[in-house]
Amino acid sequence: MTLKSLLRHETFLAILLVIVLIVLSFQSDKFFTVSNLLNQGRLMTETGLIAIAMTFIIATGGIDLSVGSILGLTAILTGVFWQNVGLPLPLAAAAAIAVGTFAGYVNGLIITRFRVPPLIATLATLALYRGLAEGISQARSVRGYPEWFYVLGQGEVLGVPTQLWILLVAAVSASIILAYTRWGRTTYAIGSNEVAARFSGLSVEGTKLALYTASGFAAALAAVIFVSRVSTTRSDMGTGIELDAITAVVLGGTSIFGGRGTIVGTIIGLCLIQALKNGLSLAGVKGDGTIMLIGAVLILAILASNLFERSGTR
Amino acid sequence: MAMTEALPPVRPDRARQKPSALRRLVADYGQEIIVAAAILALFVIVTAVNPRFISANNLTSIFSGNAYIAVAAIGMSMVIITGNIDVSVGALIGVLATISGTLAVAGYPIWVAWFFPVLVGIAVNALIGVLVAYARIPSIVVTLGALSIMRGGLITVTGGNWISGLPPEYLIAQQRLFGLPVPLIAMIVLTILAALWMRYSAFGRSLYALGGNHEAAIATGIPAERRIVAVFMINGFFAGLATILFATQLQVIQSTVPPNLELTIITAAVIGGVSILGGSGTVIGSTLAAILFATIGSALIFINVSAYWLRAVIGLLILATVLADMLRRRRRA
Repeated sequence: MTLKSLLRHETFLAILLVIVLIVLSFQSDKFFTVSNLLNQGRLMTETGLIAIAMTFIIATGGIDLSVGSILGLTAILTGVFWQNVGLPLPLAAAAAIAVGTFAGYVNGLIITRFRVPPLIATLATLALYRGLAEGISQARSVRGYPEWFYVLGQGEVLGVPTQLWILLVAAVSASIILAYTRWGRTTYAIGSNEVAARFSGLSVEGTKLALYTASGFAAALAAVIFVSRVSTTRSDMGTGIELDAITAVVLGGTSIFGGRGTIVGTIIGLCLIQALKNGLSLAGVKGDGTIMLIGAVLILAILASNLFERSGTR
Repeated sequence: MAMTEALPPVRPDRARQKPSALRRLVADYGQEIIVAAAILALFVIVTAVNPRFISANNLTSIFSGNAYIAVAAIGMSMVIITGNIDVSVGALIGVLATISGTLAVAGYPIWVAWFFPVLVGIAVNALIGVLVAYARIPSIVVTLGALSIMRGGLITVTGGNWISGLPPEYLIAQQRLFGLPVPLIAMIVLTILAALWMRYSAFGRSLYALGGNHEAAIATGIPAERRIVAVFMINGFFAGLATILFATQLQVIQSTVPPNLELTIITAAVIGGVSILGGSGTVIGSTLAAILFATIGSALIFINVSAYWLRAVIGLLILATVLADMLRRRRRA
């Protein structure tokens, strides 16, 4: 896989994004306004954080379906630690994030120690973690957080939504790690040929364990931001977010078989999905109609990129 | 056990070795035996706590309530055996149920309302199969897209409205044949037919070959592309049959399916012993796993565990089954 063909998909996607943005801004004057775009960024952050970690995991040829459930569990625990256990809110949120990160670590353990394929391991923990969230919450939601807590999900820093800064930091550091560090190279190596990576002396198990733990952390962080944005906790939070994140990652050019993918691609994929959702709802298309279009875009984008790639390599 | 004895070993890689009969049974049907044992253990324990657990009523609800999941899991098992996956089946069942109910209410003959959706299911999956086999888009990507399209489309078209006023003779899942609930009979007959077909037909063997070693399968002359399209069409066929059982079990048809239905179906296939890497597994296992899920759900109610803990317990059991399977395989290897 040469750098050229790597760039091709992202270039193609970026052009698509620009076209979508232009078309949508002609559709509605409310679309291409600073406040609207920033607000869309706010809505994109939770999926974005998860998708960034997911990019690494899919690049190793793995997958993490349990992120939505980890999000739900962390959200519930934030509320429970704060209201029922009586911890101060920052400590409660930190403890909940620690549990969410641990949930990711458990995924990693099951995958590396017991050699359970990631799809099955995280399918099982998807049910388990969501079940724990439901069992602990007993369908009660926790509300009434102190005012300062909403800065994270509803406030602004320097005129930009707070969580967008977090997403920015996460995206930049993840790009650097994936592209320029030994860790990132190991990620690609595992995805291209795991056996060869092991024989090259790379720490395959250690890297995988770290990645699934990081994925748990990303989902847990997204949970606290989510709670702050919507001012409540419910056990069904984050249901289906794994599919949104995977769609963004795959749309962004990461090969589902591993060995290939970039953070830039994932971010463009995310923006494309969010722009379509927003633009169509402004144009009067109901929310569910946009889901349809995203599905079609996913298939067509991969189809187009497959065709281009084949004509390019031969 | 009688059922497994009637069927010879399925896994091709084990067929040539000839250890003792019991050893072979355990080796070939290890996962199926674990799941069956789990069901049996649950029955014994829960009946000891609450004898009403084995009342005829409850047995009926256990075995027929999840029958549609078992039927859908047959098609899913075949797809997974070839090394592919279908995450869109839950959304497809929702779409087909709505089509079926709409036809029934509009006054079309009952058999049209039942079987036209089956044809739609086959057609949709034929398209998915073509995209996977000929356009070479990974099946998880195609079906992820199909999931969005069908889920979004369904809610857009129905507006979330339920279909009611279904003719009584349409509701076949509520009826009995020879004193047994129709879903139970459908589940057993379809499972046995599919198991025999997968074991004995050249087609069935070619699916294992494709999943086991794709290159080698092609080298032996198996038309890989056509087989992949065919296996998806069969998956659509079983999704259509599952829809008949799903849509006719209540007086109304909701425009949504149970959340994560596709994951439940995939999990049933996998817990039943179908390797997600392709090449091994049987449809008997997936049906047993669907029964296990229903048994767990019912058992929790009978031993008075809060319904809120249901999913946690199911998750824990799934995890335990998966880990047990992995340990068993490692010991064998």
